[in-house]
Amino acid sequence: MSDKSRKTILTIILIGFLFVLAWLAERCLDEYVMRVVRTGLIYVIAAVGYNLINGIAGQFSLGPNGFMALGGYMVALLMLPLDQKKFVWFLQPLIWPFNAFSFSKPFFPLAVALGGVAGALGALIVGIPSLRLRGDYLAIATFGFSQIIIVLANNLIPITNGALGIKGIPEYADIYRCLGWAIVAVLIISNLANSSYGRAMKSVRDDEVAAEAMGIPVFRIKLLAFVVSGFFAGVAGGLMASLITTVSPNLFSFSMTFNLLIIIVLGGLGSITGSAVTAFAFALISEVLRFVESPMTIGPIHIPGIAGMRMLVFSLLLVLLMIFYRRGLFGKREISWDWVFARFGKITGKGAEAWSHKTERS
Amino acid sequence: MVSQNGAILALDNVSVNFGGLMAVNEFTFTLQKGELAGLIGPNGAGKTTIFNIITGQYEPVRGKVFFKGQDITGWRPDRVACAGIARTFQNIRLFEDLTVLDNVLVSRHSKLKASVLAAALNLPGYINEERVAREKAMELLDRVGLADLANAEAGSLPYGQQRRVEIARALAADPELLLLDEPAAGMNPEETSRLMEFICDVRDKFGLTILLIEHDMKLVMGICERIRVIDYGVSIAEGTPQEIQSDSRVITAYLGEEACEYS
Ligand SMILES: Nc1ncnc2c1ncn2[C@@H]1O[C@H](COP(=O)(O)OP(=O)(O)OP(=O)(O)O)[C@@H](O)[C@H]1O
Ligand SMILES: [Mg+2]
Repeated sequence: MSDKSRKTILTIILIGFLFVLAWLAERCLDEYVMRVVRTGLIYVIAAVGYNLINGIAGQFSLGPNGFMALGGYMVALLMLPLDQKKFVWFLQPLIWPFNAFSFSKPFFPLAVALGGVAGALGALIVGIPSLRLRGDYLAIATFGFSQIIIVLANNLIPITNGALGIKGIPEYADIYRCLGWAIVAVLIISNLANSSYGRAMKSVRDDEVAAEAMGIPVFRIKLLAFVVSGFFAGVAGGLMASLITTVSPNLFSFSMTFNLLIIIVLGGLGSITGSAVTAFAFALISEVLRFVESPMTIGPIHIPGIAGMRMLVFSLLLVLLMIFYRRGLFGKREISWDWVFARFGKITGKGAEAWSHKTERS
Repeated sequence: MVSQNGAILALDNVSVNFGGLMAVNEFTFTLQKGELAGLIGPNGAGKTTIFNIITGQYEPVRGKVFFKGQDITGWRPDRVACAGIARTFQNIRLFEDLTVLDNVLVSRHSKLKASVLAAALNLPGYINEERVAREKAMELLDRVGLADLANAEAGSLPYGQQRRVEIARALAADPELLLLDEPAAGMNPEETSRLMEFICDVRDKFGLTILLIEHDMKLVMGICERIRVIDYGVSIAEGTPQEIQSDSRVITAYLGEEACEYS
């Protein structure tokens, strides 16, 4: 059996194992914990997409919250039952065609995919003017465009119902769908990052002038990374809309981008698997850290609950990391089967070579 | 209009200025297929700027650039590269975080036929192309003697090897014309003489046309068949190494005392 097909089989087994784990988790863990797990999986999707543009292609974007909003509203508009639509838009009617239909449950994955398409289209429109800029200018431009999307969400009442948001979205983003999309995101983004297109993105990151001189269409490669990243932001936003069952401009504020930025920097800019692991951990830890925001009495000192304390903890963590571990937890490394074999080999004292020799003969 | 008969590269009266400074002034030059020519001149003469005009980095304010008879003036650098002009940089510009092999493979990207979707889904068509590209890249690294460094991070290599990787990366694009900007800069005499052999070897093996900029007179006089001298953006002489060494304008403008060593 070749090395490649062996890895493919291992990957399939791992995916199967993850689904079994999800099934067990659903049986054993309570609703509250499962919500955290699903949120973690959604963060994985957004984070690996965000790392493609920021870490792999090296283009500093601050836009994912805007593209997540596009996906979230798209899924809300597609999935909200018709009578609920009449109820939500009672002052101003919802515009055609969304007032005329709504998807039933089997079409939920399609709705999420269309949420991704909305995010991708948004990224295309934002990317064409802003990706000509570099560094700080690009960051400011993408930040500005995202703010525009949020402002539009606040004001396009016939589509978004403004600041009140849209309530009553069916909760179809169960653990299996969230896990399925997270796996799709990780697989597709890693494949892409390791492909010739990914190499082109990395060459643009390392040296634009040299990349261009080697025949890389720099602008198109940046746009590709940006659009794919926008797609997965849209998917994540769509799943989040269905998980929370409401969308509002607040849900997709800039703090979402800030969270994702912390995740990809912590995990290592350029490491897709690093982002995935960190995103999931981030969601769990930020739930655990909820206690720091509740009122506390330490001895004679009484501290009232301060909202936002968790962000303080994460920001502090980020600062420490930047001082002591600048390249993030994973740097640019990936958790691959080769890496696992090497680790496994170290522990058992056999080594990866011995392992592959054995299987190559069979 | 410059006569082009069969020239692979022709620069016709090109000029570039930077805020009033005429970096290159009405420069005309032709290069025949298979030639190994040199471009020399004092610091700041405009040599690198000429490379940047040829590769599309700078657009000339006046004049035209022809490659194989086609007007390529104003083309974007990636398009020029795909047309068959590859280059190296005076101050090495490798993709430092990538391996030597990946650096070389970047130059093959423009040849890729598989779509993004095929790459993202790892479809057999893409996998096949990737395998072929890797084989070719390894073969190239083997031919230039860098095969054992294939998996080393490019930025971690010593200077001399980085220069060779840059040449290998340029060769990987299957160019017809290779532009080398001071390939021997920072090398010791021994490394330089090995580089000279390497350049001649590469030209014969790959059937290339080469134009090189170099300050090392031993290298230039040793391997170039024809030399063009510029000073202050203006062409001042052209000829064989012997002719250049005895040209009084060159001696006064550029070579100075150094010329005595070789004449
Ligand atoms: N992008 C630029 N902007 C402004 N001035 C420039 C630019 N590029 C080159 N110059 C100027 O144009 C002139 C020619 O520069 P160029 O780099 O072509 O010289 P060169 O012959 O390659 O010199 P060297 O041997 O030092 O490499 C110099 O005076 C340089 O300062
Ligand atoms: Mg120069």
